[in-house]
Amino acid sequence: MATVLPLGAKPGRWAELLLLLFALGLSFLAYAQVALAATDRLPAQMAVQCGGFTVLVIAVHLILRWRAPYADPVILPVAVLLNGTGLAMIYRLALRYEELGAGDSQVAIASKQLIWTVLGLVAAAVTVIWLRDHRSLRRFPYISMLLGLIGLVAPLAPLIGLENFGSRIWIRVGPLSFQPAEVSKIALAIFFAGYLVTRRDAMALAGPKFLGLRLPRLRDMGPIMLAWVVSLGVLIFERDLGTSLLLFGLFVVMIYVATNRPSWIVIGLLLFAGGVVVAWRLFTHVQNRVEAWLHPFDQAVFEATGGSGQLVTGLFGMANGGLFGAGLGRGRPELTPLAYSDFIFTALGEELGLTGVVALLLIYLVLVERGFRTAIGIRDGFGKLLATGLAFTLAFQLFVVVGGVTRVIPLTGLVTPFLAYGGSALLANWIVVALLLRISAGARRPPPATSEIDLAPILQAEAAKRP
Amino acid sequence: MNREIRRVSLVVTAMFLALLVASSLIQYGAAGELRDDARNRRTFYDSFDRDRGPITAANGDVLARSEKVDDNYSYQRIYANGQLYAPVTGYTTITAAVTASGLESVENSVLQGTADSLFWTRVQDIFMGKKPTGGAVELTVVPSVQQAAWDALGESRGAAVAFDAKTGEILALVSKPTFDPNALAAHDPEAVAATYAALEADPAHPLYNRAISGDLYAPGSTFKLITAAAALESGLFQADSQLEAPDALELPNSSKKLTNFGESSCSSSGKMTLAEAMTVSCNTAFGWLGMEVGADAIAAQAEKFGFGQNLSIPLRVQPSTFPTNLDRAQTALSAIGQYNDRVTPLQMAMTVAAIANGGRLMTPHLVRSEQDAELRVVEETAVAELSRPISAGTAATLKEMMVAVAEDGTGRRARVDGVTVGAKTGTAETSENAPPDVWTVAFGEAQGRIVAVAVVVEDGGPRGLDGTGGTVAAPMAASILGAVFG
Repeated sequence: MATVLPLGAKPGRWAELLLLLFALGLSFLAYAQVALAATDRLPAQMAVQCGGFTVLVIAVHLILRWRAPYADPVILPVAVLLNGTGLAMIYRLALRYEELGAGDSQVAIASKQLIWTVLGLVAAAVTVIWLRDHRSLRRFPYISMLLGLIGLVAPLAPLIGLENFGSRIWIRVGPLSFQPAEVSKIALAIFFAGYLVTRRDAMALAGPKFLGLRLPRLRDMGPIMLAWVVSLGVLIFERDLGTSLLLFGLFVVMIYVATNRPSWIVIGLLLFAGGVVVAWRLFTHVQNRVEAWLHPFDQAVFEATGGSGQLVTGLFGMANGGLFGAGLGRGRPELTPLAYSDFIFTALGEELGLTGVVALLLIYLVLVERGFRTAIGIRDGFGKLLATGLAFTLAFQLFVVVGGVTRVIPLTGLVTPFLAYGGSALLANWIVVALLLRISAGARRPPPATSEIDLAPILQAEAAKRP
Repeated sequence: MNREIRRVSLVVTAMFLALLVASSLIQYGAAGELRDDARNRRTFYDSFDRDRGPITAANGDVLARSEKVDDNYSYQRIYANGQLYAPVTGYTTITAAVTASGLESVENSVLQGTADSLFWTRVQDIFMGKKPTGGAVELTVVPSVQQAAWDALGESRGAAVAFDAKTGEILALVSKPTFDPNALAAHDPEAVAATYAALEADPAHPLYNRAISGDLYAPGSTFKLITAAAALESGLFQADSQLEAPDALELPNSSKKLTNFGESSCSSSGKMTLAEAMTVSCNTAFGWLGMEVGADAIAAQAEKFGFGQNLSIPLRVQPSTFPTNLDRAQTALSAIGQYNDRVTPLQMAMTVAAIANGGRLMTPHLVRSEQDAELRVVEETAVAELSRPISAGTAATLKEMMVAVAEDGTGRRARVDGVTVGAKTGTAETSENAPPDVWTVAFGEAQGRIVAVAVVVEDGGPRGLDGTGGTVAAPMAASILGAVFG
């Protein structure tokens, strides 16, 4: 009797535990190092904090053993390592800001980020426990859409909406401020996946042929136009370049994967170009960003407000870090404005050097590729689309921010996932990771064991039919 | 859909590749350029954040060191006895408007720990997780000799150099007036800028290192050593060759006549030997000799001694000059160190050193070794011969003449008990009725060592118009040699 062996279906939980301990160890070393560099002492509460963090992370690990034993064993450790590294860097900057007598809001970044890390881990755990099967999300595409859009629009509402650094993307609830768009991107990814998986056949249908490219039918253009309009709305009314780009990019990639029509990408790029023209015409700060990108070292551009000063200072930081970096806690990342958020990558480059930066980028790539691997492994179309969308979100955010600070593209504000300061983003990215873990558990679970079905009677019946 | 997902994943990988390339360009490819950008405040701050290495004297005395302080600049540079060593150490500064000078400037990469010679130290620091520390620079300067030279010059403006003719090690290098490098290394940028501006505006030029640069000096009669060397090297003259020594030497195509010091007479017969002319420093005899030997030969001889040559010790030494395109009258004047000859005291000490050391000129240097933060030597300055400006025979003849000058001539006050001393004095007229710049160049030989000394005192020193090399500078040379051999 034949037994079908599940293909590579090791749960890998022990490997995950080992990697987790490694990730925790590295994070704690980084934490100790920055404190020693700044004060020659270990932080007073280090044992409690590290102990608490370890307990939380191990709890998530145990929950995975319980609820998602086949979840990808690499995703969680990578997220923990990135989060831990980011925390250490933010703590290091907070210490320096305190030394320089900066305002409370800057000194408090480390403790705030720590609280958000805890909330993020809890949210991830809750997601894994509550969501037994990712396919149940498919049931609420329109609720997801509504949630997503509300999240996008909320900052525009009076009373709760809040404008900061020229962008209106915050809402304030009591003492907390929150960027609802961070959660919106998850809701919208769920909506896109649910919507596209049902409509993909229709949208893949051929329309007119143009320049050798098979275009979609005009009536199927509705959704992409809507996504475009929403993205432009975010750009125009909230002046949030990054989120606008992210939403549109997410939609275009998901529609391409759903329909296998490269024409959607071409259409997407054309619409993107249209958006760029609109943005260029409307906003001087977009023009400034492009100017700063093209000619950062011009003295006039360097000195201008909204010029390239910050960008160039970040580049100087990376350059002074060189191959091996100044060492954690031994550089001068505080010279770059917003080193704890938009420019955390240059701060890390300055202190960890090119070696550290390459390691971080590769760790990210591992996380993202594990996401795509999950998308390939999962069997249902909804899961494929959702996993692709989520993995792409992580990659795209990183590319937009890091590309911005390294002059690959003009600078646009987005949060470097897991590393940079920002509670809403951290929370949202932990939920993204939880969703990827959940989908990967489905992807890597062996199919129902065929050995449980007794094939003998069937085979005998078949044999009996033969003449 | 899997094929599309793979494509998206490829595109994402390409995006990451772009980030990797960009980071590599910034942190490796273009890193040097970015680091050196004038707007890069990190580089500026880094320079004081380093535990800069010390500068030590030959006996281990610490002349400059960095001390950890609790301000933005992390380390305070401290110069023990700053004024005494200012022309050697120079200073570092936190003020962008003021540039560093002296060994602090030229040995910066060693002191900061960024020099190639300290590569392995840096690698070790990286692996030990240590904050990079600077290397140390050990000098050849001997504090007792330096102090003696400082004391000898007293309140006068001028400079003194002493160096070991057999090794090239500079034992003392003093320039007066000078400045306090501590004031320029202070951590108050505005005060530093003000101090610097005041020093620059000071007509006495305290920032000049008169021993090796600045406006240079007319060598006066000390240049007769070079004229004599040219004459001896030509083969046409010996120590006992008879020279014309009139009371007044007619200068061709000139209404002027060259006379002796105080319009005195060198010789009742109007003739004297080269050796006698040297002992009494007879102007007319050497003026005549100069015209006989010719400007070209003198210029060539001067060049062999180091005139017109770039030299770094490793401080940059301003080349001394002998004028070109001279007519016969100008040649006569130039041969006795007047007219447009311009020299550094170090150049004159080098001339004496070559004479005293059998014609071999050793490369003068201030730095004995470069060391890492643990004071292990990573690079040692080799004792090297710079050139052989004169033959051993010429050297011996000139040396004998110099001893005679110290025994019976103008340099009697340069004598030191127990030391064989040779000397040559000079009194360079700078302009009509102004006090002269007075010189003594000398060597002392004892205990197997030969040390060359050059002292110049501006404006006749304490004696003013009455000052001469023999009365003012010679005793100074004697006290420096006394400190060397004492």
